[in-house]
Amino acid sequence: MAKIRSGEDLNRLAAMYRQATEKAAKRILVCAGTGCVANGSLLVHAALKKAIEKTGVAVDLDYLLEHDVPNNATQLDKSGCRGFCQMGPLVLIEPHNFMYVHVRPEDAEEIIQESIIGDRCVERLTYMSSSGDKHYDREEDIPFYKKQHRQTLSNCGHMNPEDIREYIARDGYKGLARALTEYGPDQVVEEVLASGLRGLGGAGFPTGRKWQAVRQAAGDTKYVVCNGDEGDPGAFMDRSIMEGDPHKVLEGMIIAGYAVGAAEGYIYVRAEYPLAVERLTKAIQEAEEYGLLGDNILGTGFSFRLHINQGAGAFVCGESSALVASIEGKRGMPVPRPPRLAQKGLFGCPTLLNNVETFANVSFIMREGAQAFANLGTPTSHGTKAFALTGNVKNTGLIEVPMGTTLREVIFDIGGGIKDDREFKAVQIGGPSGACLTKEHLDLPLDFDSLKRAGAMMGSGGLVVMDERTCMVEVARFFMDFTQRESCGKCIPCREGTSRMLEILERIVGGEGTEEDLGLLEEIAHMVHDMSLCGLGQTAANPVLSTLKHFRDEYLAHVRDKRCPAGVCRALRRFEIDASKCRGCGRCARNCPVGAISGQIKQPFTIDPERCIRCGACIKQCAFHAIREVN
Amino acid sequence: MANGELSCGRRFAAVNEILERHQRRPERLVAVLQEVQEVYRYLPEEVLQYVATGMGLSPAKVFGVATFYENFSLEPKGKYVIRCCDGTACHVHSSDEILTAVRDRLGLKEGQTTTSDLMFTLETVACLGACALAPVVTINGEVYGQATPEKIVAIIDELAGGKEHGEN
Repeated sequence: MAKIRSGEDLNRLAAMYRQATEKAAKRILVCAGTGCVANGSLLVHAALKKAIEKTGVAVDLDYLLEHDVPNNATQLDKSGCRGFCQMGPLVLIEPHNFMYVHVRPEDAEEIIQESIIGDRCVERLTYMSSSGDKHYDREEDIPFYKKQHRQTLSNCGHMNPEDIREYIARDGYKGLARALTEYGPDQVVEEVLASGLRGLGGAGFPTGRKWQAVRQAAGDTKYVVCNGDEGDPGAFMDRSIMEGDPHKVLEGMIIAGYAVGAAEGYIYVRAEYPLAVERLTKAIQEAEEYGLLGDNILGTGFSFRLHINQGAGAFVCGESSALVASIEGKRGMPVPRPPRLAQKGLFGCPTLLNNVETFANVSFIMREGAQAFANLGTPTSHGTKAFALTGNVKNTGLIEVPMGTTLREVIFDIGGGIKDDREFKAVQIGGPSGACLTKEHLDLPLDFDSLKRAGAMMGSGGLVVMDERTCMVEVARFFMDFTQRESCGKCIPCREGTSRMLEILERIVGGEGTEEDLGLLEEIAHMVHDMSLCGLGQTAANPVLSTLKHFRDEYLAHVRDKRCPAGVCRALRRFEIDASKCRGCGRCARNCPVGAISGQIKQPFTIDPERCIRCGACIKQCAFHAIREVN
Repeated sequence: MANGELSCGRRFAAVNEILERHQRRPERLVAVLQEVQEVYRYLPEEVLQYVATGMGLSPAKVFGVATFYENFSLEPKGKYVIRCCDGTACHVHSSDEILTAVRDRLGLKEGQTTTSDLMFTLETVACLGACALAPVVTINGEVYGQATPEKIVAIIDELAGGKEHGEN
C-alpha cells in the first residue's frame, strides 16, 4: 500500500472503497463484539459463510476491490458492538437493515434463503417487544434504538473494525485531513473550544481549555494520553468504542497531537479488555501503513507516533496522575496537584489526557464543524453521551443519546422498563464515584450540570438500574468494598476512611448496626470527601451519602428494626412457620443444622429466631410451603 | 512453555529476551512484568530479583510494582484461571452464588485461591465490561455470559477431565 500523501488522495480512496462496497447487492454483518462472541457469534459467521457458498459466493472488501462481482455475491463481515448485547448474537442484513437477534448457526440457511436470495424478512428471528405482541423487522424501528442518536457510535456495528479501508469509506480521517491541511494548530484548539465538547470520562471539564493549556505550556516535548482504563464497574462504553471503531480514537488523538504540539501519544487500556488491545494494535499498524500515523502524515510534515500500554488491574489508574505514573512503569499512585498534567505530566512533560469517548468525538467536530456538534444537546452540555445501561432493566446494552435526554426516556423507552415489570427503585450513575437517583429524578435531563445539581455526576456513563428487590444499604456496602480494596493507600483519609466506612456498613447489613453508626458514617464520609488526595477518595463516599439521603428509612429499618425491607441481607432474614399450613411432620426440625426448630408431631412447629442461622434449609425441606421468609 | 521444571538458565533466557525487547528501559517495567508473568504464570521471587538487576532498578522498586497491581501474582496460578466478575451489574444479578458454587466445587478454603493440584485458580474481578451479559465468568480469557452456578460448575467438571461429570 502506497502511503496517502494528501487530502485529495484520501478522498479518492474513500470514493473507491465506497464504490467497492456497493458492488455486492447485499451485505451481512455479524456482530463480533465481546458480548456477541461470548454468545457464539463466530459460529454463526462460519455457518452463514457456508450457507452463502451453497448457492453463491461470500466476498469481502479485498475481493470487491479486485474483481467484477457476480450477481450472487454477498459481502459477509464481522462488525463491532451494536450495543444490544443481551439479544446477541446479532446479525444485520443490508440494505434492508433487517436485524436478527439470538441467531444460532442452525438459522443460517433460512436467513440466506429468505433474505439474501429472496428479499423477505425472517420474522421469527426479529426482535419481539417484551409484551410479546409486535415484531420489529428493522433496527431503526426497535424501541431500543429509536430514541438513540448514535453519533460517536455511528460506525460501531456498521463496519469491520479491523479494516481501515472501511473506516476511510465512512469518511474516516477526513477530520484529520481537514485539521492538518486547512487549519493551524491554534485554529484546531479554537474549533474544539467552540464546539463546547466536555470531558466525557466523568468530570466534564471543557476539552478545549485542556487542549489550550497544553498548547500554551512551555516545552519542546509534549504527550497526548488516552485514558482507556475504564474501571467503573458497570461501564463499558469505552471498551465498545475501542473494539468497534478503534480508528476514531486514533484520529482524535492524532488531531490532538497536532493541536497541542506533541509527537507521541499513549493509549492506556485496562488489562481486562484484550480484544480492545488487539484491535487498537491492528489499527495503529494499518494507520502507519496508510501514512495516517507515523512520519509525515498526509504529506504535511507532521509526525506522530502512538503506543499502547496495558494496565495491570488497578482502578486508581483511571485517575490521571496515577495513570501517568503507571505508564512510567511505577506504582500507579496519584500525586498532589498542581502542577497539573498540562504543565508537568508524563515523563515530566506537558501532557494532554482525555478519555476514549472524548477523543472519539473530535473527528466529528473537525469534519462537520463545531456548530454541527453544538447543535445537539443542552445549552451547557453539547453533543451526545454514551451510557452502559445494565441491571434490572429489560433491554440492557450500550446506548448513545443527546445530552439532556431524561432518565425516564433512557430507562423506560430505550430500556423498556424494569425487568419482570417490577417497581423501579433507583439507578446508580457514575459507578463507585457516583450516586443513586430515584423516582423523583426520573425527569431529570442527563447532562453535566443537571446531574451535579441533583448531587450526582455523569461519571463515565454506567447506568445500573435497580428494582425493589435491591437493598440500597447492601449497594452502598458493595461500592465501599470496591473502593476500599482499590484505594492505593497513599493518603490516610482515603485508606483508613474507606476501611472504617466499610466496617460500619458491614455491621449494618450484618444486623449489628446502631443508629449512632449512621451519624458516624456521615461524619467519616464528609471527612474522606474533604481530605482525600485524589478523585478516588474524594468521591468514595458518594454512594453512602446519596443512599443515606434518599433511602434513610432503609438504613433505619436495618439498625432499628433489624429488618432488611428488600430481603437481601442474609443476617436479617427471618423465617416463620405458618401455623395454618404446617402439618407437624417434623421434617424441618430434623433438617435444621442448629436445632432451632421444635414442636410436637402433628402440631405446628416453631422456629427459635435466636438460634436460627438463616440458612434456609427448612424452606427447601417443607413439602407444604408452610415456611416463609418475612422481611 | 510454562512449567516449573525449566532449568534456571533457560528460565532466565526467556527473561533476558523480554528485557532486551524492552531495551531494559525502566518505564517498561509494568510491561516487562506482564510478559514475564505470561511465561511463568506468576512472578517467582528469584525472577523479580533478576529483573531488578537486569533493568538497573532496586529490588524494592520491582517488588513495589509487582505487589501494587492486582494482576500480578507472586504465587503460582492454576492451569485454568476462573475469573468471576463482581461488578455492579453482575453483583445485582447474584454473582456471589456462582462464586460460592465454584469455591465449593473446587474445595477452596477461606483465603485459598488456587487448588492444590494447580489446576484451577479462582479470582474475582471488579468489572469485565460485559455487563449486558451479567453475570459473567471468564475461564482463561474465554467469556461466559449469563452464567449460572450449574453452568460454570459443569464447565469446571469438563475441564477437570470429566471425572465427576454428573450433570443430567
